[in-house]
Amino acid sequence: MNNIIVYCETNGNSVAEVSLELLTKARSLAGQLKVDVEGVLIGSNLKDLEKPLFAHGANVVHKVEDARLEFYQTLPHASIICEIFAKEKPQIGLFGATTVGRDLAPRVASALKSGLTADCTSLEIGDHYEKKSDTTYKDLLYQIRPAFGGNIVATIINPDTRPQLATVREGVMKREELATPVKGKVKTWNVADLVKDTDFAIEIIERHVEEKKVNIKGSHIIVAGGYGIGSRENFDILYELADVLGGEVGGTRAAVDAGYIDHDRQIGQTGVTVRPKLYIACGISGQIQHRAGMMESSMIISINTDPNAPINNIADYVIIGDFAEVVPKMIRYYKKNSK
Amino acid sequence: MKPLKIIVLAKQVPDTRNVGKDAMKADGTVNRAALEAIFNPEDLNALEQALRIKDMMPGSEVSILTMGPGRAAEIIREGLYRGTDGGVLLTDRKFAGSDTLATSYAISTAIRNFEYDLIIAGRQAIDGDTAQVGPQVAEKLGIPQVTYVEEVEKIDASGMVIRRRLDNGVEHVKAPFPVLLTVHSSAPDCRPRIARNVMKYKHARTLTELQDATEDYTRMFNDRPYLKIREMGVDDIGADVEALGLSGSPTKVKTIENVVFKAKESKAIDSSDSEIEKLIVELIENHTIG
Repeated sequence: MNNIIVYCETNGNSVAEVSLELLTKARSLAGQLKVDVEGVLIGSNLKDLEKPLFAHGANVVHKVEDARLEFYQTLPHASIICEIFAKEKPQIGLFGATTVGRDLAPRVASALKSGLTADCTSLEIGDHYEKKSDTTYKDLLYQIRPAFGGNIVATIINPDTRPQLATVREGVMKREELATPVKGKVKTWNVADLVKDTDFAIEIIERHVEEKKVNIKGSHIIVAGGYGIGSRENFDILYELADVLGGEVGGTRAAVDAGYIDHDRQIGQTGVTVRPKLYIACGISGQIQHRAGMMESSMIISINTDPNAPINNIADYVIIGDFAEVVPKMIRYYKKNSK
Repeated sequence: MKPLKIIVLAKQVPDTRNVGKDAMKADGTVNRAALEAIFNPEDLNALEQALRIKDMMPGSEVSILTMGPGRAAEIIREGLYRGTDGGVLLTDRKFAGSDTLATSYAISTAIRNFEYDLIIAGRQAIDGDTAQVGPQVAEKLGIPQVTYVEEVEKIDASGMVIRRRLDNGVEHVKAPFPVLLTVHSSAPDCRPRIARNVMKYKHARTLTELQDATEDYTRMFNDRPYLKIREMGVDDIGADVEALGLSGSPTKVKTIENVVFKAKESKAIDSSDSEIEKLIVELIENHTIG
């Protein structure tokens, strides 16, 4: 009762990174609220996948196993989560903002008539005073997210409905394993009590899980371009710099929308979040949606003709100039000076 | 198999790519009047999927359901220009301030007034990027959902084969009717307007829009019933007012911050050869690169 429940995604033999990040965050929120963290695992062969959950702070792991649950499907997962939430009455429910979490959480929120905030970049605990009713709400979940094209940051609360639901993007929260795993409990649920046959109305015919070819998340050096790069061809020089430095190329949503770069390289609120050692931003103005995905980079270099580009305020080095002139020089002087 | 009745959910959104200072009201809600209004991009991808199904299955009907202020009738007209058969504008002051849950309640309640086999929406709208209304409408109607749709590949009486674009791959699913789809931006773009449809429907109006019209205009309008865009309000759809607007919305906006950039000590350098070489050498020496 009153705990924090994290819906944990599995991909075959492991628990998704975003779920472990959420457990880490849930642990600190639960510390403030003085409650426990619980995880839910759903699948066909979950083996001992509760272990990483305990290692990241879950006190209880709910396991739901059935041959029909090999792959994620909306309706059975929604039924299971609604039922578990109804029985366990968590005060907070967290999901990854993945194609799974963003498919599942709204369906759950609608069924429970609970408030849900999508794509949070930060979660905090705080109070709220409602003037109209002269009521103070203690210990609410502040769900913080950029909104309205990234021009504002909104703090959303659900004063009256429980659980308070949120999805959080992968890579936004830090994952930290406990030195000693929690000696938690496993609670096994009977699938027949949770799902109906009609929940399997949609049939999965085929899946190709394409491992992402591009791994910008794992790259220590990222050269990123914005709309200011101007064309797909103009990105070539960025690939060349990334190549000599041993990094990857990323882009802003505007660059992706314009077709200059592929979607799997998009960095920002609606792309991936990265924390490289070095981030070189070329022709990027620095809308908050983009910055949300890169501002924790250890070092940021901005190359921009506009000295007032917002990204310059978070950059360690600002090179005022045209990327088409500056980037080739960086390549040249790197080749000259590296051993 | 019999032709399908398809409802496309579309939203008129402020163009969030061009936001001025007066974009937000004091209560934290969006001042839509201050921004250019456009057809939500992924809803156009949804419309294209609907029109393709209509091409495959002649006799099928595609209509748009949109919720918004009076000027959102433009969304219905835009649909007619591109090949829809009609549309309904859900408009009422009592809808104002609805979050995704209250919005999906309003839309699903409206949909119950119509026959449908298929509901198609964009994955998300650019003003909120929540991707919640589609799945929540499906839940309220008690029908399955297929999100992140890239293409409807096959249709027969038993259902549709649909390709979905996931985080790291592709999934093909078979879905029965009725079902709700949300379409991803990687789906084909919407076809352009058809010139003869623009000629035919450019005078399509809601009754509210017609209030200021001249007598001649009203006469023409009455002679051509296809020009009438249907409006529905809270009472027409039979919705519970308490479940709408701010009172029906569990999420509240606590605070809104305009984005202020946290200034950090940054070092400005120019693009001269010597400055750039100095920077590169420094980065190599402190092991950031190399």
